[in-house]
Amino acid sequence: MTKIYIPLDMAAVAMGADRLAAAVAKEAAARGQQVEIVRNGSRGMLWLEPLIEVETPAGRVGYGPAKVKDVASLFDAGFLTGGAHALSIGVVEEHPWMKRQNRFTFVRCGVIDPLSVADYEAHDGFKGLKRAFEIGSAAIVDEVAKSGLRGRGGAGFPTGIKWKTVADCAPGQKYVVVNADEGDSGTFADRMIMEGDPLSLIEGMTICGYAIGASKGYVYLRSEYPVVAKVFQAAIEKARDAGWLGQNIKGSGFDFDVELRIGAGAYVCGEETSLLESLEGKRGIVRAKPPLPAHVGLFGKPTVVNNVLSMATVPMILEKGAKHYADLGVGRSRGTMPLQIAGNVKFGGLFETDFGIPLGTIVNDIAGGTRTGRPVKAVQVGGPLGAYVPVSLFDLPFDYEAFAAKDSLIGHGGLVVFDDTIDMLWMARFGMEFCAIESCGKCTPCRIGSTRGVETIDKIRNGQDVEKNIELLKDLCHTMKFGSLCALGGFAPYPVESALRHFPEDFRKSALEAAE
Amino acid sequence: MAGAAQYSDERAREIIAAHMGLEGPALPILHALQAEFGYVPDSAVKEMATALNISRAEMHGVVTFYHDFHSAPHGRHTLKICRAESCQSMGAEKQANDFLARQKLEWHQTTPDGSLTVEPVYCLGLCAHSPAALYDGEPIGQVDAATLDEIVAEAKGE
Ligand SMILES: Cc1cc2nc3c(=O)[nH]c(=O)nc-3n(C[C@H](O)[C@H](O)[C@H](O)COP(=O)(O)O)c2cc1C
Ligand code: SF4
Ligand code: FES
Repeated sequence: MTKIYIPLDMAAVAMGADRLAAAVAKEAAARGQQVEIVRNGSRGMLWLEPLIEVETPAGRVGYGPAKVKDVASLFDAGFLTGGAHALSIGVVEEHPWMKRQNRFTFVRCGVIDPLSVADYEAHDGFKGLKRAFEIGSAAIVDEVAKSGLRGRGGAGFPTGIKWKTVADCAPGQKYVVVNADEGDSGTFADRMIMEGDPLSLIEGMTICGYAIGASKGYVYLRSEYPVVAKVFQAAIEKARDAGWLGQNIKGSGFDFDVELRIGAGAYVCGEETSLLESLEGKRGIVRAKPPLPAHVGLFGKPTVVNNVLSMATVPMILEKGAKHYADLGVGRSRGTMPLQIAGNVKFGGLFETDFGIPLGTIVNDIAGGTRTGRPVKAVQVGGPLGAYVPVSLFDLPFDYEAFAAKDSLIGHGGLVVFDDTIDMLWMARFGMEFCAIESCGKCTPCRIGSTRGVETIDKIRNGQDVEKNIELLKDLCHTMKFGSLCALGGFAPYPVESALRHFPEDFRKSALEAAE
Repeated sequence: MAGAAQYSDERAREIIAAHMGLEGPALPILHALQAEFGYVPDSAVKEMATALNISRAEMHGVVTFYHDFHSAPHGRHTLKICRAESCQSMGAEKQANDFLARQKLEWHQTTPDGSLTVEPVYCLGLCAHSPAALYDGEPIGQVDAATLDEIVAEAKGE
């Protein structure tokens, strides 16, 4: 029996993985070959998806990107024993793109069968939780704090401090909420973990529940991820069947359960208080802070709200110890960052590395430059509210503070690369338009400011009083930045201002054209 | 959605009742109603307001806040085309506009025969394979003009 891995990851499916798996099964049956097809997560080398891996004595040999039409020739080439083929990439673990990484959060993703509790345990799964049960609440919180882990949802708030705040609240009903809204363009790490290693998220939530004294956890998942919903729901059931969720987990005396909830297509529901409103069944309108969700959260109870990656990293931190994690990274950016490389790139995918790697290395070296082969013009880092960074800043190290110092952000770690055909005035307009579409409507600077922003940019595009309108636009950005209640309105100026700052010529094209 | 059931207050009440044990049941109910009937009829909103003991206006406010819920039937199939930044970096905006022009449609509109509704979506998490789309929940990476046209043909043929 030969073991074959074909990802169930949504990106792999989008490139034909389901059809490929069916074709491989059919061809194997027709040839009388015994195969077991495991639907794994993705290794993150997304440009190679769908990537077939075959287990051989030499290791797992990869073939990708494989299409249905390649199946017969793969069998002919003896791929079941690692035979040579034009699509072969050799042993996957030895691939240079894999070898350069430092996989921590993603160490099991693409390796294991995401829906096998036994496989998860065989790869050190639930070791973190077991240790958590041994050391108890205060020591867990301490360990998370010492690791230096900062929330991966964008703001980079220290996870340990958040947990301590909730743990210190009087005993009673508390909640663990996982933010799986992942609405930022260019991000897909949360999705990949939930598809490729969902039990790590369940384990992280259980550790958190144990540390803060909560018995119930919710995962709020965006509706744009139908494949995740299926996989994660199945993972919850597997964990429950195996006694890793539910009453008296593994004899610890601790009860904890997880429920999956699906959002309804509103970007702002990624903002934590809006997310809580939505979970409660209301419109996703942002709440004023304070009170913090840690004190008054879901249904008015103390609540930890963490991003998927923050939560899924915790089991490994407990297993390996805080120091192991804290020793990685630079400055106050400790540990690793799963970079999501997207847009106009040759080698798009998920690349996990220690903080501190220069932006230019990521774009030119790891991502291989643009897919179109044209020169890079800009990289938007940190989602739709992130700044556009020009090539002249490519020596910027990837860490929270270095980016902040350049009026930029790293957000959730997504990078979208653009070639020189992009019109930055258009992208600035899109940024404002997106804010207008997605604004929750609670405060004027965001609700009205974004609409005025679109109008003003349209005037600039039409060559109408260009310099005057640019000044007006800057003014609007300033008002939005400092007058908005949450970061949707508050950060929407980042793409606009950075476009203006680094690509001023794109804002004056119409005036130049008129002058010619 | 293909095969949507005919609306009845009685069926709506059943669906609502099935979710009343949940904490904060509104979104799960709305998803279930839309899965069953293909949209969220006003009568169902009224039933929900009664069951959740809130005003109809408040319930209406919830339904209209979210992009996913719609109060009138859509086409039998739905095509969501991504227009967020990563997809734009690979020419999604022009491709989508050309497609809409070919079909004589605008965003959110349904083909005259009721077979297909076209909606914009802001990131599908398929950004390493931009431009991307989602057809009746099936993800499609590196979508091109030919694929979009095939989808219309397929939707019409069913
Ligand atoms: C408009 C807006 C959208 C956001 N979207 C997300 C999101 O999709 N996922 C996420 O984890 N955090 C998102 N955040 C950040 C959350 O509000 C919050 O900081 C985060 O979930 C906390 O988790 P962490 O500490 O683990 O990062 C968003 C914030 C804003 C203002
Ligand atoms: S900034 Fe925008 S999204 Fe945030 S609270 Fe104000 S209106 Fe709502
Ligand atoms: S931006 Fe289109 S899939 Fe992410």
